[in-house]
Amino acid sequence: MSTSPAVLSVRDLTVRFATRRGPVDAVRGVSFEVAAGRSLGIVGESGSGKSQTCFAIMGLLPGNARVGGSVRLDGEELVGVARGRLDVLRGSRMGIVFQDPMTALTPHRSVGSQLCEVVMRHAGVDRVEARRRALEIMERVRITDPERRFDMYPFELSGGMRQRIVIASALVLRPALLIADEPTTALDVTVQAEVLRTFRAVVEHTGTSLVLVTHDLGVVAGTCDEVAVMYAGRIVERADAATLFRAPAHPYTRALLDCRPRLDDAPAARLRSIEGQPPSPALDLPGCAFAPRCALAETRCRVERPALEPLGTGAGTRLAACHRPVPP
Amino acid sequence: MTEPLLDVRSLTVHFPVRGRGGAVLRAVDDVSFSVGAGETLGVVGESGCGKSTLARALLGLVPVTAGSIRFAGRDYARADERSLQPLRRAVRMVFQDPLASLNPRFTVRQCVREPLDVFEPGLAARERDRQAVAMLERVGLGTAFAERYPHELSGGQNQRVSIARALVAGPRLVICDEAVSALDVSIQAQILNLLADIQRDTGIALLFISHDLSVVRHVSRHLLVLYLGRTMERGVARSVFAHPRHPYTRSLIDAVPVPDPAIERARAAAPALVGELPSPLAPPSGCVFRTRCPRASQLCGITPPPLVPAGDGAFACHHPLEDVDR
Amino acid sequence: MTPEGQALVEAAAGLRGESLWRAALGRFSANRAAMAGVLLLVAITAFAFVAPLLSPHDMEANDWERIQIAPTTEQSHWFGTDANGRDLFVRVAAGARVSLAIGLITTLVSVVIGVLYGAIAGYAGGRTDQVMMRIVDVLYALPLFFAIIILVTVFGRNIFLVFLAIGAVEWLTIARIVRGQTLAAKQTEYVEAARSLGAPASRVVLRHIVPNVVGPVIVFSTLLVPTVILVESFLSFLGLGVQEPQTSWGLLISQGTASLDSAPWLLVIPAAFLAATMFAFNFIGDGLRDALDPRDES
Repeated sequence: MSTSPAVLSVRDLTVRFATRRGPVDAVRGVSFEVAAGRSLGIVGESGSGKSQTCFAIMGLLPGNARVGGSVRLDGEELVGVARGRLDVLRGSRMGIVFQDPMTALTPHRSVGSQLCEVVMRHAGVDRVEARRRALEIMERVRITDPERRFDMYPFELSGGMRQRIVIASALVLRPALLIADEPTTALDVTVQAEVLRTFRAVVEHTGTSLVLVTHDLGVVAGTCDEVAVMYAGRIVERADAATLFRAPAHPYTRALLDCRPRLDDAPAARLRSIEGQPPSPALDLPGCAFAPRCALAETRCRVERPALEPLGTGAGTRLAACHRPVPP
Repeated sequence: MTEPLLDVRSLTVHFPVRGRGGAVLRAVDDVSFSVGAGETLGVVGESGCGKSTLARALLGLVPVTAGSIRFAGRDYARADERSLQPLRRAVRMVFQDPLASLNPRFTVRQCVREPLDVFEPGLAARERDRQAVAMLERVGLGTAFAERYPHELSGGQNQRVSIARALVAGPRLVICDEAVSALDVSIQAQILNLLADIQRDTGIALLFISHDLSVVRHVSRHLLVLYLGRTMERGVARSVFAHPRHPYTRSLIDAVPVPDPAIERARAAAPALVGELPSPLAPPSGCVFRTRCPRASQLCGITPPPLVPAGDGAFACHHPLEDVDR
Repeated sequence: MTPEGQALVEAAAGLRGESLWRAALGRFSANRAAMAGVLLLVAITAFAFVAPLLSPHDMEANDWERIQIAPTTEQSHWFGTDANGRDLFVRVAAGARVSLAIGLITTLVSVVIGVLYGAIAGYAGGRTDQVMMRIVDVLYALPLFFAIIILVTVFGRNIFLVFLAIGAVEWLTIARIVRGQTLAAKQTEYVEAARSLGAPASRVVLRHIVPNVVGPVIVFSTLLVPTVILVESFLSFLGLGVQEPQTSWGLLISQGTASLDSAPWLLVIPAAFLAATMFAFNFIGDGLRDALDPRDES
């Protein structure tokens, strides 16, 4: 792991929702760090708590959510901080990219003026300087012909172009951290590939740290340095991308990789599937949450919850929460 | 040679565009393909390529501008509501969004039973209920779910309901329009396996529409690649994936993320598909793909490339990729 | 459902799901303000029917010895009497029956016409939709009171004309709401699934569209009932509505205003009933809106 100080440090993060039918624990103790200039992919299925983790970091959870633990951005604690301070941080220190680029942009103003407004409000520079910075950042996110696009309205741009504008507006204040929640899910594959390249380029050239939340392991493979796999509100495996994809330790990670048909495999008659459903977030199983669906589970897995621990010796950056990890 | 189950010839669906002085949206333009009994045809393309319109045309939900839709030896392209009924019974559809495709006020049993209510009104209600519940068992849900509502089920369970609804009246062709795209990866595999089992047991044909090439490759025997409503390439899936002839097919394959950092990093250097889908209202002249094609020449802007047969399939390109088989 | 079907349903006993309607009912009954509204409305309705049984007086009988007396227990004139010596207690109850009936019946008729008209226009689409909605626009443009005055002048004063006139206007809004909702519902996959079966239009509209678009109509009509009562009151106030010896809250209020200085209870009491009814319906409407549109539930 990198020795440079962490830009983002999350410790024992919990998110509990108060609902009409009682409390629901969406995130149950998640810890990770992202160093400067590094990228972390958080992967999970629906209900895994990946998006709630992301929203908790951004401070954008709805009113019925209670957040516990600690989220530090450049050493500053964000859990329990005043709303006003979070609004400032979200603009200047933390850039955010959501799934749907259309809703992130105001439809009746040109994309350039929206970028400039962000710069002028937060950085206190004049119009000329704001425009210069906006054009610079548009180029950075690989928008061709930025001068012309500057005066266009969101509806005049294609989906991928709009998403790049959103990325530009998230980056325009040179934040230390960029958080993207399913940023390519609404896009076509060809466009997705281009947007992912944009993310890679941004991390390489600006030194911004990236947290990318997605359901698709393929998306993080080429984009992120490190990957955390979440299941039922907890991280079950965390490793650098090369290690995780080459030799997944947690049976869940392994199953996720196996049940997806791949273009570079010989076609199989049947896919290996994970039977059953993820557990309801309203329940709290005593053992490993994946045990009911796990082919390797034994009695211990059902009664004793495995901790997220370094695996073996000399494995370096690999952590897994499993009593019976898959041998490499 | 016996006639295929579904034989579509030069299917064309144009929509008039209001307020544009007689402009038309060429949603599907001169598309031909066939599906044999028990076979699977994959249809791929980006959003706006006409794949959903194609599905709706096959179900008689949108009017056909030209061409023919022969199903089991009969042409339905210009059939009226009444004479469409045999086609509607034999061709059913599974939609993309599992929750949105089920009426939220219906119980699961009512959802599954509905095709029988329409096609078999003479059947006793008890019998229709029995068949609906039996079909729920077949798709792995069982009676326990019969009286529950779609909003109480997970996405995968709802998609099973949707599949049960498609199968209950004994179809011969099921159209899956992005049927697994909205599901979690682990659930996708369950549903794909279920479809494979059902196909093996009942011999139904599948028309599998998806933007997800890995899934299409897994399920399909034949492949149809659409771009802006036109056929780019079609053929046996295995050979098209191994050796695409059309540059668009190549780009699509290259864009699919592979869960392997080494491959992904290596790919990063290769040129990606430039630009984005042009407006279907103002498609490029000549070859519609030329604005994004790395091989485009002057010729491509003048003459639309004809669909030329190659092996078991065909492609439409002036500058095709090498044919490695010869 | 057949008995056999019922048996099949019961086989899955304990696993019955909760329908959206039932869930909405649960949320509604958990809403205190809305339940208070329901209680208040039940109380007012009960008063309307029970009051005449409690009081020895007839609503048309004049007590010439006690003209315009304040509320008193003497001779059971609990709400006092009016300028003609008629007992206000039974007259308020009679007015309640007329006002509530006008409100409920007119609303019901508006809802039935409006929902069907709007759903048909929206589902048919194209030229049919255009023509149907232009008719609505034209009717909308007619000034309500002008139309009522004409009707009353031509046909004479009649309570049914009041029903008719108010109903003729109020269904227009409902038709517009439902048409808009139907256009949205038509795009949903479950409606497309039903259409792909070749299901008859009547089945698609009644089974798939109407149940899914009536939510906003239910909320709107709860707020429509007090509007209708208010319009009737206004018409009666102008002398265009209910005629003596029949009465309504509007008419009572109108008569009460005339003697505001000498006998304020003649205005205050019916006005209080009207206001309480308005509150009740508004609370119920708010509660229904929250119950039928559970945005904040995750």
